[in-house]
Amino acid sequence: MFKIKASGVTKKFNERSVFKNIHFEISSGQSLAITGHNGSGKTTLVRIISGLMSPSEGSVKFYKNDNAIEPENVHSFIGLVGPYLQLYHNLTALENLTFFSKIRGLGANRSRILELMALMGLKGRELDYVKNYSSGMLQRLKYVFALLHEPEILLVDEPTSNLDEAGSAIVYNILKRQKESKILIVATNNPEESRIGQKRIHVGD
Amino acid sequence: MGKNAFMWATKSLIIFQKDVQLEFRTRFAINAIVLFAITTLTAISFSIGPARLETTILSALLWIILFFSAMSGLSHIFVREEEQQTADTLRLVTTPLSIFLGKWLFNVVLLFALEIIIVPLYFILMNTSQSAGNNFLLFLLLLFWGSLGLATVSTIIAAIISQASARGALFAVLAFPISLPVLISSIHGTRLALEGNTFSECLPDLQILIAFFVVILTVSILTFEFIWKSN
Repeated sequence: MFKIKASGVTKKFNERSVFKNIHFEISSGQSLAITGHNGSGKTTLVRIISGLMSPSEGSVKFYKNDNAIEPENVHSFIGLVGPYLQLYHNLTALENLTFFSKIRGLGANRSRILELMALMGLKGRELDYVKNYSSGMLQRLKYVFALLHEPEILLVDEPTSNLDEAGSAIVYNILKRQKESKILIVATNNPEESRIGQKRIHVGD
Repeated sequence: MGKNAFMWATKSLIIFQKDVQLEFRTRFAINAIVLFAITTLTAISFSIGPARLETTILSALLWIILFFSAMSGLSHIFVREEEQQTADTLRLVTTPLSIFLGKWLFNVVLLFALEIIIVPLYFILMNTSQSAGNNFLLFLLLLFWGSLGLATVSTIIAAIISQASARGALFAVLAFPISLPVLISSIHGTRLALEGNTFSECLPDLQILIAFFVVILTVSILTFEFIWKSN
């Protein structure tokens, strides 16, 4: 059982406050939607939760069976999809995913990579350079990257950005399965997608 | 501790392999440092003609070429990650220490690879083969420790400037004062080696180079996490 507990999270850029005093608690089998208009700080909050950014005040803590997870080990449990995360454009999709799989300590794990590529509708494009991928294919590839290690906590910033109808359906299916037994956090300004979250936080007002 | 060290080493090697693979695809750093070094060496060689320079000037020339070659290419290792927005992806998958060690190893290997090309050319074009004959091993020893220091300084400064906007100028400006002890000792020690002096006469320079390397590597490892997560 995993748990995330955010207490008094505040972020300021210079003197400008993006959001103040955000609290939430979420456990395995639950989902959270972060909503707000453009520029309201959804992405900033996702980056803080994932450890890519530090809050100006407050903290985000992770627990496994009620034992705090050390900050340096949190990345092993997190999968993140976001527009600011890029893969190496001068490597092929397979080379990228093999690298990330190895660095996560999963070995080359070719069968898992091929399985996820097929799931995301990218079968047959494994040996293409990422620089030759379209924006929709890149978004699908980011899901493969995020799901490689079967993360206990999946954070998705703009889940269906650049995706066509078929791609969106695959993603909604993945999100549905994730929130059944694990933790799902979605940041979106799409009212339909915000319904994915059982809990909701509105930032920016 | 042993298990952790093995894990860091393995992850560092994986990052190193990825950077080598990317470098052979794009050749950003290789082109920059090799072209700079060969152009400078050739220009100096043409300007001095058949004359033989003093060892004081020869040793300084070698380290100036190596220093500016390092400045022109070794910053790519972190700047590339920030410019291509892959730094966050890397932050998400592994620890800062393994990232630093992987990047450091890449810069060390790149600088050594440059020296394999540059040093023989330097001896041929600068007409230094006769004077170096006496203590070539000492020369190599100084080159080894000096290069380790230079590569380590370049790696940590590259990490710092990758977070800044005026990257190009800032790299040399920050790296020069920090590299000064390496440059002074390397130039002095190389001069002694080129003049055929013994190991014991070069010992103070070697001691400074080794001590500098140990200190700068330790400081880099201790401060890298703060630099890498400074957003």
